[in-house]
Amino acid sequence: MTTGQTDFTRAILDPDLAVPPGLIDPQGRPAGKRFAVYRNNVAVSLTEALETAFPVVRKLVGDEFFKAMAGVFLRQHPPVSALMMHYGAEFPDFLETFPPTQSIGYLPDVARLEQALRRSYHAADASPIAPEALQDLPPDRLMAARIELAPAVFVIRSPWPVHALWLANTVDGAPKPQMRPEDVLVTRPRFDPSPALLGPGAADFLAAIEKRGTLSEALDAAGDGFDLGALLGQLLAGGAITGISEGT
Amino acid sequence: MLDATNRPFESLPNRPGVGYKPQHYSDILANSGSVDWLEIHAENYMGDGGRPIAQLRHLAERFPVSVHGVGLSIGGEAPLDTDHLARLKHLIAWLKPASFSEHLAWSTHDSHFLNDLLPLPYTAQTLDRVVRHIDQVQAAVGRRMLLENPSTYLAFAETEMSEIEFLSAIVARTGCGLLLDVNNVFVSATNQQTDPVSYINDFPVDHVGEIHLGGHDEDSDDHGAPLLIDSHGREIVDPVWTLYAHTIERAGPRPTLIEWDNDVPDWATLESQAARADRILTKISA
Repeated sequence: MTTGQTDFTRAILDPDLAVPPGLIDPQGRPAGKRFAVYRNNVAVSLTEALETAFPVVRKLVGDEFFKAMAGVFLRQHPPVSALMMHYGAEFPDFLETFPPTQSIGYLPDVARLEQALRRSYHAADASPIAPEALQDLPPDRLMAARIELAPAVFVIRSPWPVHALWLANTVDGAPKPQMRPEDVLVTRPRFDPSPALLGPGAADFLAAIEKRGTLSEALDAAGDGFDLGALLGQLLAGGAITGISEGT
Repeated sequence: MLDATNRPFESLPNRPGVGYKPQHYSDILANSGSVDWLEIHAENYMGDGGRPIAQLRHLAERFPVSVHGVGLSIGGEAPLDTDHLARLKHLIAWLKPASFSEHLAWSTHDSHFLNDLLPLPYTAQTLDRVVRHIDQVQAAVGRRMLLENPSTYLAFAETEMSEIEFLSAIVARTGCGLLLDVNNVFVSATNQQTDPVSYINDFPVDHVGEIHLGGHDEDSDDHGAPLLIDSHGREIVDPVWTLYAHTIERAGPRPTLIEWDNDVPDWATLESQAARADRILTKISA
């Protein structure tokens, strides 16, 4: 009698399956509850990994609901690598289709923001440029230049007030979220990622920058109502600009 | 040219160490007390940068560091995950740790990582597989590894040799060393209804490069027999301290780690466990 790891894995992830044969107690009787220890270890450790990754989603839906939902998610999407810091990549999409959360429209984008914060936390280090490097450039040369953003920079665009929702659930006394679309910039000054609200057009501007557009091209993409000075201030404060290149 | 600062700690001292938790960073740097070295879980330091890596770099200049992997799945039926092995190789290459260890267990199957240390039967076939995997790991990271004895909750009908026969054969065939987790010995012996002292007496202690101590929880199985759970969430119990003292008497002083991974206590509580190991190490080596 051999007990393969395929059967073992299936039974770990599906509590409705019988304990695989060949697993025994010291008297040779079926392992029963002894197997349940492994089942429980797996479910608890993966649930905790999701709780660590998505504290605001957890706060929004409540502990008990989150645990139950994590139990469903971890069986549909067991980790694909041993790096728990990356676990839950499919969680935002899961929230969109999981029947009990389907109607909570903002939840997936809140999860996406939390995921961006986590990725930012573990992103590669990079040295930000000094603000003078931008300020000293004559306007025509600045507009023809390209800027490089730090690996810890992320942009989340949402039809929901994700930044306000995040603040309201992490900062005491934060204002109540008002229904409106919000774009969020995540930067990591030194080690702690921080989300900031982006002004009109800024997310379009940053999308153009990500595609290696010049500042002038990005400005065109941003359209009317975009405040370049305000965005550059946000980027510099967040240590988000790591290079300026002129020409080509 | 020899660069001494590039590799400050060649090995772990025969002293107490603790599993490093970021919340203890300032306490450790201010006054590490009885704690002379640190162990990290390899997987937590496989990100690209940020605070975890920066803290580790800083600590590694001051303390010997042991890299303890929890995700390699050495006991797995599947081939080792070469991406994961490459990440491990990278970590070991830049950190140059004083020790590297992994588990006699599996955690990955069918590209699913289950985040737990799952048991394997001890047979000629599984022995061949584990030996192959350890050869592959040691070749990849370019150094000898220590293999840790597991805590187990059940047995396999197909098992045909004892855990000690299995571990001894691995050591003979791969040249790896062993990490002897004394709490795991106590947990497994209780759960398998065998004698933990005999296990220690039979253990190939000459190959032990490190000892682990940790807390466990108590439960019972379907028939009311005691079932201990290796939880790493509380203080080490007295019978495990007694078994540890017996181990040190037999093996001599060894680098001894206090593992406390869940419900992590304040630094003073953790350090007091290290101080208790220190007293046993000092008394027996005197």
